[in-house]
Amino acid sequence: MARRSTKPRELRRQPLFTWVSWCVLGVLYAPIAVLILFSFNDNRAVMSWTEFSLRWYGAALENEGIRNAAVVSFKVAAIATTAATIIATMAALATSRGPGYPGRSAAIALINQPLMIPEIVTAVATLAFFSILRQVTGWTGLGWLILAHTVFCIPFAYMPIRARLADMPDTFEIAAADLYATPWQCFRHVTLPLLMPGVLAGAMLAFVVSLDDVIITLMIAGPGETTLPIYILGQIRRGVTPEVNAVSTILIAITVLMIAAMFTLQKKRP
Amino acid sequence: MKKSLMTTALASAFALTAGLAQAEGKLNIYNWGNYTNPKMIEAFEAKYDIDVTLDGYDSNETMLAKVKEGNSGYDIVVPGDYMVAIMIEEGLLAETNPNAMENFGNVDPKWVDVYWDPGRKYSVPYQWGTTSFTVDTEVFKGDIHTLKLLFEPPAELQGRINMLNDMNDVINAGLRYLDYPRCNSDPEQLKAVMELLVNAKAHWRTMDYATIEKLTSRDVDLSQNWNGAAMRARADRPTLSYAYPKEGFTGWMDNVAVLRGAPNMENAKLFLNFMMEPENAALTSNFARYANGIKGSEEFMEPEMLSAPEIVMPADAPAPDFVPPCSQEVVDLYNKIWTRLKQ
Amino acid sequence: MAAPGDIPQADPALRRAQRDRARGQKRMRWGLLAPALVVIGIFGLAPLSIALVYSFLEPGTYGGVTWAFSPEAYVQFLFQRDIFDDTLGFNGAYLRIFGRSFGLALITMVGTLILGFPVAYFIAARPERQRNLWLFAVTLPFWTNLLIRTYSMMLIVRDEGFLNGALIWAGVIDRPLSIIYTDGAVLLGLVYSYLPFMILPIYASLEKFDFRLLEAAHDLYASRVQMMRHVVLPLTRPGIVAGCALVLIPALGAYITPELLGGGKKLMIGNMIALQFGSGRNWPFGSAAALILMSIVLIALLVSLRSGAKPEARHG
Repeated sequence: MARRSTKPRELRRQPLFTWVSWCVLGVLYAPIAVLILFSFNDNRAVMSWTEFSLRWYGAALENEGIRNAAVVSFKVAAIATTAATIIATMAALATSRGPGYPGRSAAIALINQPLMIPEIVTAVATLAFFSILRQVTGWTGLGWLILAHTVFCIPFAYMPIRARLADMPDTFEIAAADLYATPWQCFRHVTLPLLMPGVLAGAMLAFVVSLDDVIITLMIAGPGETTLPIYILGQIRRGVTPEVNAVSTILIAITVLMIAAMFTLQKKRP
Repeated sequence: MKKSLMTTALASAFALTAGLAQAEGKLNIYNWGNYTNPKMIEAFEAKYDIDVTLDGYDSNETMLAKVKEGNSGYDIVVPGDYMVAIMIEEGLLAETNPNAMENFGNVDPKWVDVYWDPGRKYSVPYQWGTTSFTVDTEVFKGDIHTLKLLFEPPAELQGRINMLNDMNDVINAGLRYLDYPRCNSDPEQLKAVMELLVNAKAHWRTMDYATIEKLTSRDVDLSQNWNGAAMRARADRPTLSYAYPKEGFTGWMDNVAVLRGAPNMENAKLFLNFMMEPENAALTSNFARYANGIKGSEEFMEPEMLSAPEIVMPADAPAPDFVPPCSQEVVDLYNKIWTRLKQ
Repeated sequence: MAAPGDIPQADPALRRAQRDRARGQKRMRWGLLAPALVVIGIFGLAPLSIALVYSFLEPGTYGGVTWAFSPEAYVQFLFQRDIFDDTLGFNGAYLRIFGRSFGLALITMVGTLILGFPVAYFIAARPERQRNLWLFAVTLPFWTNLLIRTYSMMLIVRDEGFLNGALIWAGVIDRPLSIIYTDGAVLLGLVYSYLPFMILPIYASLEKFDFRLLEAAHDLYASRVQMMRHVVLPLTRPGIVAGCALVLIPALGAYITPELLGGGKKLMIGNMIALQFGSGRNWPFGSAAALILMSIVLIALLVSLRSGAKPEARHG
């Protein structure tokens, strides 16, 4: 039997998969392209094009309400994601490897509980609960909203990390322990780097989920804590204006610049 | 690096959770989204040196669910007529007695003794309007002032209709078409309404609140609509026309009110008084495109507002029908009809 | 406590050391779990208990609840008192709504799997320094707001939208396809929204895949399909399971996207429950429906955990 002479690198490539991936990416970005295009629409109505204009960028930058909403959205998402990812990583480490122990299934079910209940019910019930807490402790402020976001972000961060940990052999960690590394050193220098893609994936999911949350935020947010989705939702009955498109485009531009900066900085390191 | 990131995160979280000192000179307004003129807020802030935060909700029910528990942190809310009645009965509004305030004389007398707040002990008129429908007169050339277009549409409108995604608006329209009373609990009549709606649904394209987008993008040619939204849509599609059906149509009024236990009670009262001034009412009207209930505001309103057919009703149109909140029994029945309609 | 491999004459000091080590491990494990358990235990379970209590009360006059026990909410799910003669008849309306949402969520899950797996594989097969960049590229569209993204999607699939425009211009069709406000549009919107929820977990699991295993398989004369089926897929199974859970469960409760793209003429579970807390003024029923949904999901999750636990024990 003659051996097909393919180089190892080519084995990785699955032409069908590559083709599908490019199509999917194209489809993913099509609405974004439309969104950006229509931010330059002169017309007030968000769905019909008249002519090119920058007026909505001016309006968006002047509009204090939408600026605050964007800032609050990102603040809450950033903090909730960080907290949720840390908590989820710890929980994943404790539940995903090694033989089962009593209480493991229950713990996993508990961690995933926020995922399983429809958001509207969580929203209303959490509102009832927080009202009591707010009265008793007298605390107000963004912390409550961040807490609520952290709770439902945890399962989203947890699942990818858990998937990564499953079947991950602990040979490296055993080797490190043999070399007298403490558990924390072992985690920091061996486990965490191996885990990083999972942690990053989980963090990104949590961030996206927090940014887009409407219902729970609608109920829990206090005065001055409007997020971007809430702001837009409030506009639906009276006509959504392209200011929102402009803000979204600005946010995308900022994000892209930040990522580009991060990557050029990383490359510079030897 | 991870450690410092964590400490920064914790520190910020604590800083944000620290209680906000309730300083003099604040006001927290909770209004419908995109319903408050920024210029009016600026004027109020300048006049009284008060810092205003403005948050938006998308429906009366959302607002009620949120303030029901108390302690929401808001001072001012802007409920619809039936919602004011509900909130007064539930004890959620503060009895601020606008009728004793300085500017009360400006309130149009016909809006003083209203079913939801007789004598105006709790609330002040904000904007009022009607809920009917808009139709493109180029697509349909007949008489538009009848609900028949919604329930037994002609061929050119079938499949091109949008209804509001609101249980009360749809069922009330059905009740009016069949000439039955509102807040109806009669089983036979409700059965007839349900059949009417289920049959008509086949001709409806969508059921959505975003009426302006639907009309201007030409996804539909007829839509249940509020008069102000209809005027905005007409700006983009001039052939649209607002109908005043002879069977009747809903009237509504949004009112400014103060929540019981509001943190900034005095500032809230100042705001109520401020809203009764003609110039400020006009600022709101010019922004939201609806009529207000304050005498003398016509001077300050844009001319387009004073002549638009959506704002100025024709003389032969029936009076708008203000519907009070219905009993739980009726709401349950409506709920069943709505679910059956949309299952 | 004799285990194979133990020294026959178990030294008491050794046994004590082993016990301490096991206890230390156990303590560390529960210590790691503690934050998650505490946070969700308090702030996740408390609202859940409140919902549970609400579901057994009577509705308040204008929303809210009255403190009177009543199982009516659960009865109402399957039966209704006929508005005409007050008999208890079977009411399929809510089951139909549940069924529709389940069906849609399942198809969404399959759709995201079919489209998401290739993308995850593609990213994992990139050279290492590029991978994070691709991850960002895939998630960046989702940093825009859902409502605006959906409106933009509507602009594309509308009758006079870009898609129809392009197809007509290319001569493929001569009258616009009515895509918007159909189930197809809803499915498109849902698959779009939940793609990252499938791609990211699969990527996390796939990324550690040793591509040299493919070489080994190749040396054993495996075809590409066989390689995929017998080498790659089994090792990425945890990622696939995680992705499916993260798509299926939220998709069940989705209602903004179905409402916007589907036209609002049909109720999903999400809208139905939201209605009860809004103009429907029946909080107990809303809570009951939500709890019924949650129970179904919980049972499915536990079943999948049990079946997934066995192969893990083999590898672990």
